Amino acid sequence: MVNSTELRLWASDAAGIPLWLFEESYAVAGDLAETIARLLPPALQAADPGLDATLRRLIALTGQPEAARRAFVAEAWASLGPEERFLFNKLLTGGFRMGVSQGLMVRALAQATGEEEATLAHRLMGDWDPARITFEALVTGKGATQDTGDARPYPFALAAPLEDAPESLGPVADWLAEWKWDGIRGQLVTRPGAFALWSRGEELITDRFPEFAPLADFLPPGTVLDGEVLGWRDNAPLPFADLQKRIGRKTVPRKLLTEAPARMLAYDLLEENGQDLRPLPLSTRRARMEALLLRLPPNLPLAPSPRVAAPDWTALAAARSTARETGTEGLMLKRLTSSYHVGRKRGDWWKWKIDPYSVDAVMIYAQAGHGRRANLYTDFTFAVRDGNDLVPFAKAYSGLTDAEFAEITRWVQKHTLERFGPVRRVPPELVFELAFEGIQESPRHKSGIALRFPRMVRWRRDKTPDQIDTIDSLRALLRVAQS
Amino acid sequence: MREVKQRLARHESPKAKNTPYAGASAHFLGNHSPFPPRRPCYPSRMAGPLLSFTDRGLYCAAGDFFIDPWRPVERALVTHGHSDHARWGHGAYLATEQALPVIRHRLGEIRAEGIAYGTARRIGDVEVSFHPAGHVPGSAQIRLEHKGEVWVVSGDYKLEADGLSEPFEPIRCHTFISECTFGLPLFRWAPQQEVANQIAEWWAANRAEGKTSILAAYGLGKAQRLMSMLPALGPILTHGAVEETTRILRDQGYAIPPTIRVTAGVDAKSHPGALVIAPPSALGTPWARRFAPSDEAFASGWMALRGIRRRRGYGTGFVISDHADWPALNTAIRETGASRVFVTHGYTAPFRRWLEEQGYEAGIVQTEFGGDEAEPSEVEAQE
Repeated sequence: MVNSTELRLWASDAAGIPLWLFEESYAVAGDLAETIARLLPPALQAADPGLDATLRRLIALTGQPEAARRAFVAEAWASLGPEERFLFNKLLTGGFRMGVSQGLMVRALAQATGEEEATLAHRLMGDWDPARITFEALVTGKGATQDTGDARPYPFALAAPLEDAPESLGPVADWLAEWKWDGIRGQLVTRPGAFALWSRGEELITDRFPEFAPLADFLPPGTVLDGEVLGWRDNAPLPFADLQKRIGRKTVPRKLLTEAPARMLAYDLLEENGQDLRPLPLSTRRARMEALLLRLPPNLPLAPSPRVAAPDWTALAAARSTARETGTEGLMLKRLTSSYHVGRKRGDWWKWKIDPYSVDAVMIYAQAGHGRRANLYTDFTFAVRDGNDLVPFAKAYSGLTDAEFAEITRWVQKHTLERFGPVRRVPPELVFELAFEGIQESPRHKSGIALRFPRMVRWRRDKTPDQIDTIDSLRALLRVAQS
Repeated sequence: MREVKQRLARHESPKAKNTPYAGASAHFLGNHSPFPPRRPCYPSRMAGPLLSFTDRGLYCAAGDFFIDPWRPVERALVTHGHSDHARWGHGAYLATEQALPVIRHRLGEIRAEGIAYGTARRIGDVEVSFHPAGHVPGSAQIRLEHKGEVWVVSGDYKLEADGLSEPFEPIRCHTFISECTFGLPLFRWAPQQEVANQIAEWWAANRAEGKTSILAAYGLGKAQRLMSMLPALGPILTHGAVEETTRILRDQGYAIPPTIRVTAGVDAKSHPGALVIAPPSALGTPWARRFAPSDEAFASGWMALRGIRRRRGYGTGFVISDHADWPALNTAIRETGASRVFVTHGYTAPFRRWLEEQGYEAGIVQTEFGGDEAEPSEVEAQE
């Protein structure tokens, strides 16, 4: 309802300081809501509008002209104390959240309400509207509203990374192996009068994938499938970036539909004929799923994710080593006797990913982080060599210890060559090993490439900048990835 | 930084000369004073600026001395006893009489001379005087006058009278060199009494729950300020590092309530409901565990920033600083009447730009660190 550019302008105006000084302050505080709360002059009169009333007024603001939105925000700022102002800004920017895992939150709620944890997790799924459902109805399921109940997904079962040798899992025959696709994990829900595609983040993405609409007519009502949505052409998955273009849009233009048609590869059948299959063994669910999908007419964008069969772990490991050629991230291993559990539960489901790519690069820019990392230089831009030049190609902000970030922060402070707002240019001296999951051509980047999930694996104090990788070696990786 | 280099020629600090001091001296080191009124062997630079910025610190050629230098020099004028201002290794020190005991304690055997606040002293061709900066007990701004031109070096300062330090006095000058540790509008301090009430409430609540209150604060200045501003709700215990300076300042006559040094046998049992004042490094150590059950808090201007509070894992942070906040920096600069301001120690780049937009001729004094910005990791130590 209010974007951050508007907020900055209104706040620097209200604080009587130039915008550049607001930005400098923001770079130091690392939190927009806090920056505004601290910069505004003291409140004129105290008001206590309450959370419910404030939220309702905020929601009513959507779509109002700027003058009306600005007047509301200015009035709130002028009447709230520093703490209330901070919380108000957090609500306004959508940053009012705490980093608690969903599992922990569900467990706490279960203990507080005496409800069964798994049941509660299921009730909390979907995009229920707090304005239209009471807390009571949400957690007890009593009087649940019709409009949200029907298309509600199940809590996703998650896998843990396999760190030990696969032989530790016992006989290979006890396990279902399938490719770990690099797409959007989703649940396809068809129930009487409802058809929905949910992402793992519990976002309703039905409209982004119009090619799935015919499935509503062919899947029997009371069917829920867990699977991976992929861009798919010529019998092969498209890179994740092609799919990503479709996620950010409300409606998908025809061009994208033909360039990156979507397909769902199904992993699991969670509900059939309205019956919850989750407690059944995977082998049963899988068999029923394959049978169900076989009954569908051909040419629908839905198929079972193929099993990767192997007589022993060695053969399976060999199959895994070809993951990159199949456009996947490795293998998933699921115990055939396992139920469909809630959340991340170790023991039955494992992701057995291939080793990431890695590259040695030098840091050329550093920027301070936000929140807990405000004032600490944690966001770095990296370059590889291109002849005698350095070409920036990736940014990363994770993978180092707090102590390492603190040490690098001191180094950045002493070695700043230039400042561009919150960004510092530093001499190309610190070398890091970066890991990443994929590499793609990108006309938007100077280097012509884009990495997927780049992060720092280690600080290579043993290496000097002349020992880093070159843009040519990255291009070679790109050619391999594309072939 | 740029402007400074253009306007003020950077020159090498003079090599130590083995020259006997000439002329009679009225100072209590007599003929041996290292701060002689005339130094005929070192001609003053008529055209140069009164202070120049060298790789050892601020240098006054006309008087042949440095102010708060960070590398060993022959003669150093020192604003106060914090370790980034009063450093080891200089040939001679000049500081206020009130600052000297702590400086001597910290630096050991040094050749040092004390000067009363407001007393003019001629060094070379320059008239020098020290004036209260309100930062910590004994802290000073240093005023220099040469042929009618007046410069003031602020050292660290705050405007609010804390009841312990000699209160800040604005000094008129042409050129003002100001610290700006908290030189962003993010920083606005509440009045001391308000913070004192918050801390007292916290202490009382802990005591009621049978907990010891451990308050982290810097050992020179902040620690004693806290002791003197809080109501006597119970015994005040001190970490050795804090007790040393406290004792010295109390012996000088500063009004500091009684404290008990933490030694073997001093713990939560022997002193229930106590307030322990310790350096930040002592939090969460085995030393602090003797006070369990306890609650820890940190008193610092940096506690204004949520990110820093969270990163350091302090449950409670009290926002109290011995540095000027944003409004105070602006007030102090305005009241000097200076047309030219150099900023140092802190958010120098934005603060310089702000001053320029306010119509001042503004520059940056580069510090030892080479960076133009002292950020919390560095500055916290000096607060």
